[in-house]
Amino acid sequence: MLYREALNRAIDEAMRDDKSVVILGEDVGRYGGSYRVSEGLFAKYGAKRVIDTPIAELSIVGNAIGMAIGGLRPIAEIMTVNFSLLALDQIINHAAKFRYMSGGKLAIPLTVRMPGGVSKQLAAQHSESYETIYASIPGLIVFAASNPNYAYHALKKAIFLNDPVIFLEHELLYNQEGEVDFKAQIDPFKASIVKEGKDITIISYLKMVKDCKEAIEKIEKDLNIECELIDLNSLRPLDMETITKSVKKTKRAVIVEEDHKTGGFGAEVSARISEELFYDLDAPVLRIAGEDVPIPYNRKLELASIPTPDKIASKIALWAKENGL
Amino acid sequence: MNSARVKEFYYLMKLGREFELRAKEEYMKGNIAGFLHLDIGQEAVSVGSMKAFMKGDVFTHYREHVLAIARGMDPKAVMAELFGKREGVSKGKGGSMHLFEPKLGFYGGDAIVGGHLPIAVGCAYARKMEGENAGVFAIFGDGASNSGAFFESINIASAWKLPIIFFLENNYYAIGTHISWVSPFTELYNKVKNYMPAVRINGMDVCEVYEEVMRAKNYIENGLGPYFIEAECYRYEGHSMSDSGKYRSQEEIEIFKSKDPIENLKKRALSENLVEKSFFEETDRKVQNEIEEAVSFAQNAGEPEISELYEDLFCKECSNVVS
Repeated sequence: MLYREALNRAIDEAMRDDKSVVILGEDVGRYGGSYRVSEGLFAKYGAKRVIDTPIAELSIVGNAIGMAIGGLRPIAEIMTVNFSLLALDQIINHAAKFRYMSGGKLAIPLTVRMPGGVSKQLAAQHSESYETIYASIPGLIVFAASNPNYAYHALKKAIFLNDPVIFLEHELLYNQEGEVDFKAQIDPFKASIVKEGKDITIISYLKMVKDCKEAIEKIEKDLNIECELIDLNSLRPLDMETITKSVKKTKRAVIVEEDHKTGGFGAEVSARISEELFYDLDAPVLRIAGEDVPIPYNRKLELASIPTPDKIASKIALWAKENGL
Repeated sequence: MNSARVKEFYYLMKLGREFELRAKEEYMKGNIAGFLHLDIGQEAVSVGSMKAFMKGDVFTHYREHVLAIARGMDPKAVMAELFGKREGVSKGKGGSMHLFEPKLGFYGGDAIVGGHLPIAVGCAYARKMEGENAGVFAIFGDGASNSGAFFESINIASAWKLPIIFFLENNYYAIGTHISWVSPFTELYNKVKNYMPAVRINGMDVCEVYEEVMRAKNYIENGLGPYFIEAECYRYEGHSMSDSGKYRSQEEIEIFKSKDPIENLKKRALSENLVEKSFFEETDRKVQNEIEEAVSFAQNAGEPEISELYEDLFCKECSNVVS
């Protein structure tokens, strides 16, 4: 099943099972969704529950918060993470704070879905990954789906949680194929071990998980090492338990993210490892991240601005060598 | 206006006025901190609108103490919230600007100017979808009417024919910025005339506010879409307690004080023989007692414990995971 189909299935089932679930956003209805995630839902559930909105992100999220207060379970779709900056006030100042500043009287059961990341030459205003912003906000839950199985289970869970969830998708993953085990019991708050290994812990999320897998294949044999790959799945809260267990075993940690290196989410993970696991480490933490530039249009420059499987492989190989592996 | 109605208006406006005057005093004494925005002078808007819009959901800005009390919130719990106490309506976590009570359909105290408007619109959508006709009342100031959130909300509410009353309190000043400096016209209902019925009323007259909100309520309840009211009013105090007041003259303040909503209601009630004189004396005493009770309740209420710092952040399920 494709990643976008898994998301569609999660929304479809939630809407089927609970009449209070609605989806709203730009082109989610008659058009079928910019990335076809909401395809078919308009015909099935009608215009009242599959709501085509104006291009007004502040209102898409603000309206969704009001719908949540009014007893609905809204899914707000923002066309890309880049546009979600127009809704930041609603997400941060309202959705994330209402429960707390009302002394627990208000619940905001809201899911805000948005894809981000570098796709295919979409240039500076359509290619960013701003998860570091959302992952830094108390009152938000942040899920990052790297594969169809997690996407299906985590989205269904997000829709029925009584708190605001930022649900991050990646534009290059929508057409990725993967198995979905519909009956599996998945805890979306837990990180998963994608691959076990004893020498290096590689921590990643979203599309970089796939790139890390390719990188690992390139280096394991040559270097005669075994890498353990962790998919964070949930960025807030962060599953430090899984990270700790792995790093205590391998004594080496690498963080791979597509976002800019300065202040990227990897900086937080690195800091937590340094603070909490310093004496377990045999090497300094390695961060592999995007360059500190807006994403350029030219394909060569675009690829130069973010990690790729080749770059991840060579950076890890060099770092491993420098640190006695 | 019948006698019972006038009595109720007077009582609530007086309660609101005295609550605010006492809050100001307690602020000076250091019992209340942070930002304190007083409603003194604008009681007719708060009371007239809340008594007309009794059902449905109310979304307000941060100058909302009197709105909350008129909606039915206990002045003791409101004062305790201003004091930052655990018995406050928001457990001392919200303060003056954040008074919420879902049981009263009161989602008050949003302190991002205009930020509550899209939320009110979304709630109106939910109500319409559920087949409820009571709708939503959203109140905001002239400052908010220049924000993007305002224009988006007007457009969406109109496009989707949502049951919502937009109530603009035009007190002329966004903190210290006069509306004429930042808007092409000062009669602000002109901004929305093409979207919905829009009227301008005297917000210093509680009866006029009440009657217009009743008209608006009937309109939205009949599924006709949104309705817009601009009420001209005036705050006697500064924007908040930290306002220097340099931007306006004493003469201007005096002009509006001569239109005082409470005094004028009293005068009118007496001259029209609607209410006997003794009622006002009794009510003033009753109000004083209630305010004393509220302050004493707030003083004696407990402080939140440090252990409550991380409470009320998430639902039970998420809390378990996060901790």
